[in-house]
Amino acid sequence: MWYYEKKLEYPVKVTECNPRLAKFLIEQYGGADGELAAALRYLNQRYSIPDKVIGLLTDIGTEEFAHLEMIATMIYKLTKDATPEQMEEAGLGAHYASHDNALFYHNAAGAPWTATYIQAKGDPIADLYEDIAAEEKARATYQWIINLSDDPDLNDGLKYLREREVVHSLRFREAVEILKEEKDKKVIF
Amino acid sequence: MFTQYKFWEPYASPYDPCPPMTVKSYSTPPQLYINFQPPGLAQFEPRAALYHGTLWKELFSPYPGPNKRGDVDE
Amino acid sequence: MNKVLPSEYYKLLEEIQAVDFVLVELTLYLDTHPQDYDAIEQFNLFSKQSKELKVKFEKKFGPLMQYGRSYSNYPWDWDNTPWPWQV
Repeated sequence: MWYYEKKLEYPVKVTECNPRLAKFLIEQYGGADGELAAALRYLNQRYSIPDKVIGLLTDIGTEEFAHLEMIATMIYKLTKDATPEQMEEAGLGAHYASHDNALFYHNAAGAPWTATYIQAKGDPIADLYEDIAAEEKARATYQWIINLSDDPDLNDGLKYLREREVVHSLRFREAVEILKEEKDKKVIF
Repeated sequence: MFTQYKFWEPYASPYDPCPPMTVKSYSTPPQLYINFQPPGLAQFEPRAALYHGTLWKELFSPYPGPNKRGDVDE
Repeated sequence: MNKVLPSEYYKLLEEIQAVDFVLVELTLYLDTHPQDYDAIEQFNLFSKQSKELKVKFEKKFGPLMQYGRSYSNYPWDWDNTPWPWQV
């Protein structure tokens, strides 16, 4: 089971009321390489992967939920007191018409989250390579959002999340090495 | 010298409608070069680790990178 | 719920976030390096530190976890302080 802890993994701060940035950030909330997709991808793969890497998938999957809460916090703060006019100016008119200021699992273009974003091939190497690719794609997405944002406090949180993708990617690469089982038998390079 | 950003020069046609960006870059963060993290890597202090997003100095990847070749990226 | 949180809340919370972040990093590291004795020693040390910091925090600002992972005052105080995305 899971326990919720009433704190963020990282102190998220936002300087400006800027719903335009929320429109971009929602990509990491309900998009293909977003945090929801990541959490569900890893936690679902656990059931069919060798025991040696189940702990890693569990722990990274769990951390992704902490990142999802950070993204939600950023979006919440950026849109909390935004008026319908401000939402419309930010390109969130269509979102507002359907959801008011509620968060919803969709991407920056408004397409709802779908299970087709995540794969579970059942082949451990194929699944871990998918996970490495997902981390690199999420890293790139954070880069593009940072490029679009001029809010220094928000960017601070986004740089943290980008760095977490780097560390997760390394751990998944190590998981591949563990499953290859040749780490101590043969020196490569 | 090890860098976390690489640069390339895309072909620019005289018929390109936007002013050409003569140099483009992409990120090549540390995990690409570490096959398996060796034990005992140097660590940040807890608070600095939190604000860097990693406990290990060698895994830190700054963003954005340098604007041009030769700028120091750390 | 409109009481403003004192600066001590943010300071203590940041201390916990720093210590718990070390634990997140060490957890993922140990998942792929289960034999690293020094890392496990560091992990157990920080685990103890985290528990101590949380006892201190919860005395002032209420429970961090529920389902029985934290004690409750009377009346039930789970939602006395604002939620993480609100602060």
